[in-house]
Amino acid sequence: MAERGVRGGGSGGDSLDKSITLPPDEIFRNLENAKRFAIDIGGSLTKLAYYSTVQHKVAKVRSFDHPGKDTEQDHEPPYEISVQEEITARLHFIKFENSYMEACLDFIRDHLVNTETKVIQATGGGAYKFKDLIEEKLRLKVDKEDVMTCLIKGCNFVLKNIPHEAFMYQKDSDPEFRFQTNHPNIFPYLLVNIGSGVSIVKVETEDRFEWIGGSSIGGGTFWGLGALLTKTKKFDELLQLASKGRHANVDMLVQDVYGGAHQTLGLSGNLIASSFGKSATADREFSKEDMAKSLLHMISNDIGQLACLYAKLHGLDRVYFGGFFIRGHPVTMRTITYSINFFSKGEVQALFLRHEGYLGAIGAFLKGAEQDNPNQYSWGENYAGSSGLMSTSPELYPTQRARSGTFDLLEMDRLERPLVNLPLLLDPSSYVPDTVDLTDDALARQYWLTCFEEALDGVVKRAVASQPESTDAAERAEKFRQKYWSKLQTLRHQPFAYGTLTVRSLLDTREHCLNEFNFPDPYSKVKQKENGLALKCFQGVTRSLDSLEWEERQLALVKGLLAGNVFDWGAKAVSDVLESDPQFGFEEAKKKLQERPWLVDSYSKWLQRLKGPPHKCALIFADNSGVDVILGVFPFVRELLFRGTEVILACNSGPALNDVTYSESLIVAERIAAMDPIIHSALQEERLLLVQTGSSSPCLDLSRLDKGLAVLVRERSADLVVIEGMGRAIHTNYHALLCCESLKLAVVKNAWLAERLGGRLFSVIFKYEVPTK
Amino acid sequence: MGAGWLGSPMERHGGAAASGSAGESASGNAEARCAELLRRRTSSGSGAEAAEGVRRERPGSYSGPSSASRQRVEGLRKKRPLFPWFGLDIGGTLVKLVYFEPKDITAEEEKEEVESLKSIRKYLTSNVAYGSAGIRDVHLELKDLTLCGRKGNLHFIRFPTHDMPAFIQMGRDKNFSSLHTVFCATGGGAYKFEQDFLTIGDLQLRKLDELDCLIKGILYIDSVGFNGRSQCYYFENPADSEKCQKLPFDLKNLYPLLLVNIGSGVSILAVYSKDNYKRVTGTSLGGGTFFGLCCLLTGCTTFEEALEMASRGDSTKVDKLVRDIYGGDYERFGLPGWAVASSFGNMMSKEKREAVSKEDLARATLITITNNIGSIARMCALNENINQVVFVGNFLRVNTIAMRLLAYALDYWSKGQLKALFSEHEGYFGAVGALLELLKIP
Repeated sequence: MAERGVRGGGSGGDSLDKSITLPPDEIFRNLENAKRFAIDIGGSLTKLAYYSTVQHKVAKVRSFDHPGKDTEQDHEPPYEISVQEEITARLHFIKFENSYMEACLDFIRDHLVNTETKVIQATGGGAYKFKDLIEEKLRLKVDKEDVMTCLIKGCNFVLKNIPHEAFMYQKDSDPEFRFQTNHPNIFPYLLVNIGSGVSIVKVETEDRFEWIGGSSIGGGTFWGLGALLTKTKKFDELLQLASKGRHANVDMLVQDVYGGAHQTLGLSGNLIASSFGKSATADREFSKEDMAKSLLHMISNDIGQLACLYAKLHGLDRVYFGGFFIRGHPVTMRTITYSINFFSKGEVQALFLRHEGYLGAIGAFLKGAEQDNPNQYSWGENYAGSSGLMSTSPELYPTQRARSGTFDLLEMDRLERPLVNLPLLLDPSSYVPDTVDLTDDALARQYWLTCFEEALDGVVKRAVASQPESTDAAERAEKFRQKYWSKLQTLRHQPFAYGTLTVRSLLDTREHCLNEFNFPDPYSKVKQKENGLALKCFQGVTRSLDSLEWEERQLALVKGLLAGNVFDWGAKAVSDVLESDPQFGFEEAKKKLQERPWLVDSYSKWLQRLKGPPHKCALIFADNSGVDVILGVFPFVRELLFRGTEVILACNSGPALNDVTYSESLIVAERIAAMDPIIHSALQEERLLLVQTGSSSPCLDLSRLDKGLAVLVRERSADLVVIEGMGRAIHTNYHALLCCESLKLAVVKNAWLAERLGGRLFSVIFKYEVPTK
Repeated sequence: MGAGWLGSPMERHGGAAASGSAGESASGNAEARCAELLRRRTSSGSGAEAAEGVRRERPGSYSGPSSASRQRVEGLRKKRPLFPWFGLDIGGTLVKLVYFEPKDITAEEEKEEVESLKSIRKYLTSNVAYGSAGIRDVHLELKDLTLCGRKGNLHFIRFPTHDMPAFIQMGRDKNFSSLHTVFCATGGGAYKFEQDFLTIGDLQLRKLDELDCLIKGILYIDSVGFNGRSQCYYFENPADSEKCQKLPFDLKNLYPLLLVNIGSGVSILAVYSKDNYKRVTGTSLGGGTFFGLCCLLTGCTTFEEALEMASRGDSTKVDKLVRDIYGGDYERFGLPGWAVASSFGNMMSKEKREAVSKEDLARATLITITNNIGSIARMCALNENINQVVFVGNFLRVNTIAMRLLAYALDYWSKGQLKALFSEHEGYFGAVGALLELLKIP
């Protein structure tokens, strides 16, 4: 169906140089490896989708071939690091105005290396119009796909794979977007697509959907009738007019019919009794703005009313709106939301989608890629490569708006393994990983954005230092700096650009940007060194623990966990200390810790619990490399094993800061096993299992965890979850409710956050929770 | 005109909302005055009384001039308000006035009839047009009706709401207030103009709930028929201009029914019995929208003109049809090619904007509004599990295109499950209901 861009394009035939405001190779990225194409051509915007592979440098760790030998030599690292090339799959989506079609097709043809591709999936109202041009330019056969099927496939895909995809629009609140955490079961839902007309589709499963109704009064009515009434030709200009108009000058309101009496009758006088009713009774001129506003209200109200009637008939309360009438326009989202609230009395939610414009292209791509089973995988939005949601206030950020209107990108990475909910979540549908919503909390947002800006130099330095043999490291690091800096600036103005802004998303964006410029693991060498040092101390630490009385030992173990957690390169207060004092060690860290009672202190309850029967199985999410995992976590694990509790130790799949990765944890465990019979036998007997989380983030989203982990948690009937570290236990999951016992512990290594929590730097959080029966 | 404000379903049961305290006290006053006048008349004494009593009886209930009947006659008489008998419905665009013209006036009554009353009667019944835009729908006149024991004709008059000040002025000029009559009025204007009636015309309005009046009016008019013909009708083969027939419909099983009142806006009511109904919803896209948009798009000045233009236009030049997008039917969704995919959708293109006539635009406006009402009505019928839908309101006046389209659309999209019904006195039910309130006819 018809499409409409955010800004009227130039006339056709523009050359690429004139029209593309970004260098084309930054738009059509990884084109040389592109395999499969799909295209969604609307009335004015085209969305191109392709699947490509990205070659990345990855830091791999490997034990030396002769274990045991190196431990005697002080300067030998505990394992070796090698940088390897790895190929990952990525989906690219590019949105551009139809007027650039020819230039874009030329560019693609000139840069396409892969010749296996024979077919391009096409959808959208304009598909037939450009069929010949595409076939001629790209020498690909155009396969037409059904518009609505593509739309729904795309909708299912984004709802499943992008955590903050859907949002509610709230006018007069700052920001206007309220993102929804994805329901574990996205079905059933209603999709109301407002193109030139309106289609209302009930989606029941991945493959089952039904057109249940529609209306001819849609975006085409607004545009067509609006053009007749106001002599304004462009859709956006009509919306602009509407946003300035007063509909009460054209509409007959309840107060016009009732006079002042509506108040005594309990009627709202501002309700519209008859749209355009005044233009029938009053013999005068009406302003373009007023007529456009009246028209907008008329159409939005009508669509909202019908959507509510259909939702009621089918017993659905989730209604997603899409189509060019909606497409990121705050004016229409506002009127539609108002109408839905009015007609459903708040029972139905009007939901909008961040990537609504891409649904058709995504769906068409998926149709063509069915043999690759893209739906078997989990995908993640790449924050480095995606443009993000445009600003809602074109007047405030005209440049941003103009850019989005020209070219807009979405990139999604195929994740190695499917991600699922942690089976131990009390209520997966209400689980929100993040503790503070920075989109909502302006003060916290300002603080963290500044914090990340200030930390940027350090990260750049670290990145360069991690690749001493590379000649272009400095150059790439500078590009990384620019990219991440510009992301931070975008987020200052549009905190909602990538969904709910959180400390987690800021951290993840940084990781994505680092990866983008081939700094896969800037801390690999730091981690290597710290792991080596800590391993040397392991036996001393366990010996001294073993010499303690039981009760004393329990406290020492917990303090060890906490002291270990001080070693966090992600926290500026700590990295400053670590940079300046290489001698800073485990004992120094212990001294930094707050004395009991801690800021949050349920240690006594925990101790009491330990006096009882052992847990069946503990799931532990580890945090940092070195002292943290080796001298903090492993002795704690050892004690649990000793008690008869099985342990699943979960570490990140990919690198993030100095967090211990799964592959590092395997080596570390192996080395400890060589020194310690308890760990040794537990590994042998599979009472200690090492797993990966599926994540590469310093934070933890319990709704997106590696499927293998989830399976294991179920098999072993885990009844205790230990979450360690500021990123995993404070920035995220602080309020997470689990259906088993949980222990959340962290040292607050940030003065601002400590103050917010009512404490000081190096305050301790020790939160032991038992679910209420 | 209909209470077509954008509204959510509002639980409302018949009779509950209308009788506010203001109405009560007004009626109390009227009865007191009435009693006083009766005393005056009785003292003059007349044999005509009995005869009048006989005539007053409803058909079938006549039991001769026994003393019992005489008492009943007296009872009736005491309850009966003074002439003139009006019912007024002041909508957003049109004022609907029903006037009962007694044809059983005795010579004596005639003699006693005050000048102002006579003047009103003569003025209303001898003209078919009033002022610049007032019109009496002569074809709708109900003859030989017995109301409250009096026999007469019911007249149906309408004029634009913006002429309301002139109407009130006329009331003042004709000295209405001297008749000590009560004006029963419904519609939003009953509230809006209440003060003007009082200060300019020295007239007290009895304000009545418009939905109560609407239901009451419809049920009454349906029960008395249309001068021996059926009040309710439907269309057979509505899409086929050759075979299309307007046929009488007997509303044997009246309830439940969905009542769609299309005035300036639209109100939709689910009616389960005389006293049990609720407002389901409403839409602001109604008759006012059709006419308003037509005025803006074509420069027409009257509703009739707009309809006349529409009758000569071709909406498919303006609207984008399913076949314009898919080349034929959209089979995936079972949409026929002729269905409108986007109202005014072709007007997105400059060339097509330049190629359409005013008549085409008027037609498209009519089709758009009508289809939308049909669609909302159909959804309400489904949600309320009701299968007969009665469309009323002045939007349908002389508007066969809209009625046939509603009939067809309802039948097609419901696969024959829903029936669209219409009523001859389409826009006057509120006013009739107000008159019945005046006469306290339940």
